[in-house]
Amino acid sequence: MTQSIWRMPRWFHQMGSPKWFYDFGGILQPWFAVVAFVLLTWGVVWGLAYAPADYQQGNSFRIMYVHVPAAILSQSIFLGMAVAGAIGLIWKMKLAFMVARSCIAIGATFTIIALLTGAIWGKPTWGAYWVWDARLTSTLVLLFLYAGVMALNQAISERQVAGKATAILAIVGTINIPIIKYSVEWWNTLHQSSSFTLTSKPSMPADMYLPLLLTVLGSYCLFALVVLMRTRTQILQTQSGTSWLAQHRDITGA
Amino acid sequence: MIKFMLAIVRRDILLVARQPAEMINPLVFFVLVVALFPLGVSPEASLLSEVAAGVIWVAAMLATLLSLELLFKLDHDDGSLEQLLLAPYPSWTLVLAKVFVHWLVSGLPLILISPLIATMLFLPTHAVPALMLSLLLGTPTLSLLGAIGAALVTGVRGGGMLLTLLILPLYVPVIIFGSSSVAAAAQGMAVDGYIALLAAMFVFALMITPWAAGSALKL
Amino acid sequence: MSFPSSAIFHLLCTDDLACERDLRVLYSGLNFTVKAGELWHIKGRNGAGKTTLLRQLAGLHPVDTGKVLYPRHATKVIYIGHKLGLKEQLTADENLSWLAGLDGSSTQQQRYAALEKVGLRGYEENTVAQLSAGQKRRVALARLHLCKGNIWLLDEPFTSIDQQGIVDEQDWLNQHTLAGGAVLMTSHQEISLPQVKILDLSQYAPL
Repeated sequence: MTQSIWRMPRWFHQMGSPKWFYDFGGILQPWFAVVAFVLLTWGVVWGLAYAPADYQQGNSFRIMYVHVPAAILSQSIFLGMAVAGAIGLIWKMKLAFMVARSCIAIGATFTIIALLTGAIWGKPTWGAYWVWDARLTSTLVLLFLYAGVMALNQAISERQVAGKATAILAIVGTINIPIIKYSVEWWNTLHQSSSFTLTSKPSMPADMYLPLLLTVLGSYCLFALVVLMRTRTQILQTQSGTSWLAQHRDITGA
Repeated sequence: MIKFMLAIVRRDILLVARQPAEMINPLVFFVLVVALFPLGVSPEASLLSEVAAGVIWVAAMLATLLSLELLFKLDHDDGSLEQLLLAPYPSWTLVLAKVFVHWLVSGLPLILISPLIATMLFLPTHAVPALMLSLLLGTPTLSLLGAIGAALVTGVRGGGMLLTLLILPLYVPVIIFGSSSVAAAAQGMAVDGYIALLAAMFVFALMITPWAAGSALKL
Repeated sequence: MSFPSSAIFHLLCTDDLACERDLRVLYSGLNFTVKAGELWHIKGRNGAGKTTLLRQLAGLHPVDTGKVLYPRHATKVIYIGHKLGLKEQLTADENLSWLAGLDGSSTQQQRYAALEKVGLRGYEENTVAQLSAGQKRRVALARLHLCKGNIWLLDEPFTSIDQQGIVDEQDWLNQHTLAGGAVLMTSHQEISLPQVKILDLSQYAPL
């Protein structure tokens, strides 16, 4: 199809080999685990125990250290899923579909966390668990998008077809996300005269800001760790009959 | 290529002509859903006129969705989709032709009957042109976006529910601007901005969706 | 009649073609060349991938490993699958009309002649829903007489066709190959023509 136009260097295609990914992922995995653990612990302890209380919201703002990373991750993962899907479609790389497939449930989980923490945060701030705030609404729509992708991925029994279909839906969804965000924001200003957003603090002191940075980075590492684990599991499932895996088993004695 | 698309359009229109229920069902559904609202909420004119714009748009969206399920499914089941895909033309032409007929059969009748529905819900008369214009630009966008979902679930058993799940989130912008335009017109405000945005979304959908649905059909 | 085995007469080649479905390799390392005048009978057990191979050749099933090549530009393929591609609500004539209209056009006279050839004279204006299973398949096969295609890809073309019909059909296959066309088909029936070549998919299945 488009192969000749989109020629990529050899290392790129090597990356698509399940064996390479399985081995290299195995090396990376513990590192991500350690870094994620350190960053998250550091950030959370700093944020919850040492960061100064907010002059307006008191201590309730501290849920930010969970909410904001979850919200950021929920969107990045959808984008990542679409990129992985596009790679799979263009370069016919089965591994990319596996990565995209691994992303779905993680992304949906982060979206749910973002929604729940947003609702909990909303109670002291707005006096209600749910407000049709622009961010909450578009996160809700994002959750619906994840639900659609997940349902489609499970409905198609043939793995190859499911991977491609999911990729197309993820790409279409990603194109739509900015349009949805914009329209929801616009709709929100139309129906709410004064909108009070949660996280836009013009000047956040470093003591508040740095822990947030740590938890965001830590969440990314956690995400990478889980994607690696899930994808490697899929490799084991799909490649069970191949010779390299049999050799692996002999070497490791498993 | 034009001839190919015309051949599909002619065939699909002939098929609808043999089974006119296909055309009437979405329309009846549309009227029914709208008629249920006063029964479920309140027949009071002041309340109904306030929610009319949203109700009409949501009902139109649901009617479109219901008929979308069969867009490619029947062709897939009897094997004619294979023959259409084998023709020496890109698959987006096939999607465009089929979406056009779908809109002709499900979208256009809704637009034509919308003044009647507007009266039932006490929408101010001066908002009716805006309603029709927004539907005229919005329903083809709904059909186009829906074609992606319809193409993706073509080979899946029980695809109707799945289709709804896939497509409804994508409909959010259309429903927001569609119903806002009508609401604005009812309050006597200018609607050019909304109409322009609806038109922009239609053009954008026209560019993206035939390609996406076409590649989904070839999976 | 015989043809020189020059590359000009190569209508279809496969290069290391393979098919994998749900982690199971159906066949791999498929290399064959179809020349003008040949009739290939694709054999194999149920589930060996006969239909999938035909669909890959037609371009309906994605080719992830290997290649399918049509060396000549003017090659036109007619694929008649397990699902016939007929609309039940339309008449036999209308069905042929849209099928032919996908890539060219046809006159009513041509369509009637094609239907007569497959033994459906008098059924032209009957809707397909009214026809029997064998008659439906005949309507689909009428396309072979209506549209000019060099390569016919036929999936079980003898299904539900009566004894005399099968004899007639073999005659068409014979004439088509003698006229320089090629046929690839699956069937559980034996084909009694001298130019038949057999492709046994079980030889290409993984051990």
